[in-house]
Amino acid sequence: MDKSAASGYRLRIAHLYPDHMNIYGDRGNVIALRQRCTWRGIICEVVPVGPGDGVDWETIDIAFFGGGQDSGQALIAEDFLERQGPALRAAIDDGLAMLAICGGYQLLGHYFLTHTGQRLPGIGALDVYTVGGNVRLIGNVVVEVAAATLQTSVAPDPHAGPIQLVGFENHSGRTYPGAGVRPLGHVLAGHGNNGEDGTEGAVYRNTIGCYLHGSLLPKNPQLADHLIATALHRRYGNGALLAPLDDSMELAAQRAMVARLLVQR
Amino acid sequence: MIDFRLLLAVTAGKSAGIASRISRRGGGTTMPGVIARRIDPGALRKLVATLPQGVALVSGTNGKTTTTRMIAAMLAADGRAPLHNRAGANLVSGITATALDGASLAGRSQARIGLFETDEAAFPAIAAETGPRLVLLHNLFRDQLDRYGEVDTIAAGWRTALAHLPATTTVLLNADDPAVAALGAGLDARVCYYGLEDVRHAAGAAAQIGDARFCRACGAPYRYTALFYAHVGHYVCDTCGQARPAAAYRLERLDLHGADAATLCLTYPGGALELRLPLPGLYNAINALAAIAACLELGVPAPRIRATLERFGAAFGRIERVDAGGRPLLVALIKNPVGASETVRMLTETLNVERDTLNVAYGTGLHLLIMINDRYADGTDVSWLWDAEFERLGGRVAQVVVGGTRAADMAVRLKYAGVAVERIIVADDPARALDTALVHLPEGTTLYALPTYTALLDLRAELARRGWVRPFWED
Repeated sequence: MDKSAASGYRLRIAHLYPDHMNIYGDRGNVIALRQRCTWRGIICEVVPVGPGDGVDWETIDIAFFGGGQDSGQALIAEDFLERQGPALRAAIDDGLAMLAICGGYQLLGHYFLTHTGQRLPGIGALDVYTVGGNVRLIGNVVVEVAAATLQTSVAPDPHAGPIQLVGFENHSGRTYPGAGVRPLGHVLAGHGNNGEDGTEGAVYRNTIGCYLHGSLLPKNPQLADHLIATALHRRYGNGALLAPLDDSMELAAQRAMVARLLVQR
Repeated sequence: MIDFRLLLAVTAGKSAGIASRISRRGGGTTMPGVIARRIDPGALRKLVATLPQGVALVSGTNGKTTTTRMIAAMLAADGRAPLHNRAGANLVSGITATALDGASLAGRSQARIGLFETDEAAFPAIAAETGPRLVLLHNLFRDQLDRYGEVDTIAAGWRTALAHLPATTTVLLNADDPAVAALGAGLDARVCYYGLEDVRHAAGAAAQIGDARFCRACGAPYRYTALFYAHVGHYVCDTCGQARPAAAYRLERLDLHGADAATLCLTYPGGALELRLPLPGLYNAINALAAIAACLELGVPAPRIRATLERFGAAFGRIERVDAGGRPLLVALIKNPVGASETVRMLTETLNVERDTLNVAYGTGLHLLIMINDRYADGTDVSWLWDAEFERLGGRVAQVVVGGTRAADMAVRLKYAGVAVERIIVADDPARALDTALVHLPEGTTLYALPTYTALLDLRAELARRGWVRPFWED
């Protein structure tokens, strides 16, 4: 492990509305990012962003936006759209590494159409829209992701096989990706974006939206490292290297769930 | 006029219960209720109507089993052993089964009063069928989101159910939990609050997740003058003025004595009470406060309350001490983030107390057995592990064995909480996990087992197989 390359790096992680949007263990993603930076000697600062807080998005390397209770989401939606929307959208266009899950994913899209016909706007950073459903889609999920989607170096191994991510979905919204995004992957088990087209999540530049709780990043270190590596390359140039970690415990948890779900089918 | 439908339901239900016990297919704690209700959907309503002193219901995310058991013990000491769903079956079918079990073949309840621990989601239906004289709502936290949905969904169901209760019903609410306390506004029923007044128990700047830290009336953040845990504490909304209501039953002073006990000083309208509770931790003290408030409302004399609680033993797996073949084992159910965080807090505070009082340079830390299952009764989503504060264990663990169907997930959780990887051992099946934990346990050290609900059943079965505890349904 090249310690000299890893040390000296600093990353700032913005955690959007941690007091309102914190359901289903999504804060585990921030724990995972912070620990995986710390273990590599990358100095990592987590910036909580609450209602009314100003953010200088130029200084942010990774953003995380989790899901919330409906009441929590209602309390922050306006602040997010008006205060953060334009600058965050610009940062996403500029290549900000971002992960948004469930409610956060929906708010990055164009809009959420509720089953009563109400159209709740998002910031339109991702070319997706969401329609409220009557039945919640709940359960464990396996998503197969192309290796090229989750690269951790600027010269990825062309022979690498696809990666199977595991998570837990619990959503009533059906999200439909448009032409401006590509799906994060395809569901091998579970419902995914909408339960219809077999896709899960959406990727645009370095921003990923999806429905995977679990928490997602601790059990899927490939995705966690993809976000960290992307952020390092954007801040420090393509020469920035991500030191390897011993992920045997994380990968054992990932493999255990893949084995359980794919055998059941 | 004889109600033949009810008589048939009682006979069929009781027969099913007997058959289930004889075949030893486990407890028979709900099936008789299911059968009886199929024959007479009004069975529960009719059976509880024969209880001369009516019904008390206890619900809440955490502590309802222990609180209900405390109330049952105090009523029994008062000569009114209640009809009580003691085995923990707390859905409509389980409570119907309990009512059948306590009824004569003529369909009359033999106890004088009914006391039911009630599942949060099932509370509205059970309240409608039983017409309670007393309702105790203890707290509301995120729990099994895949099954229950959001905290707000449960709160909305409770609000509707409470609105139907008449002025003759007393509703006891936890003043410190804003999600519960806010339910007291605008009810016909008589509302009374209980709360912890001793603000020395406010946690520091805890990073714990709260589910209701925003004003239930206007949505602005509450200002907490004391935050005990999660969203529980002394709060006020500076925007609209909504605030913690004044408590009638007040835990004025609470002194915790490590993993053993606590001293409680309470005041209530017309009296005061001091007692030593032989259970550890802040949350058990608050369980006792709720139980005392309920019993005072039900007319149990204070001296009897004190005498009973000072001898109280914990419920099934709720801080239960077991002699594991000569080695001390303490079993504490964990099932959701707040309960798990509070249990971990209690254990780590225990460690501090032992270090301080014995002045022993342990350097070794806690010996733990954590068993996480994701079966239906546990919640199939284990995301909640990431909302619990396992971070307190970092640097305080000598060895932790993780077991259960999601052992691998728990191992990852502990790694990211700061527990050294070499101190984490993954052992899938309950027997092997227990053996692994015990074989490394130094002489005189306590093993703390933290199982989820079905993992507790597995662990309990394993302990029973070794003759260390009785099977739970004989409890």
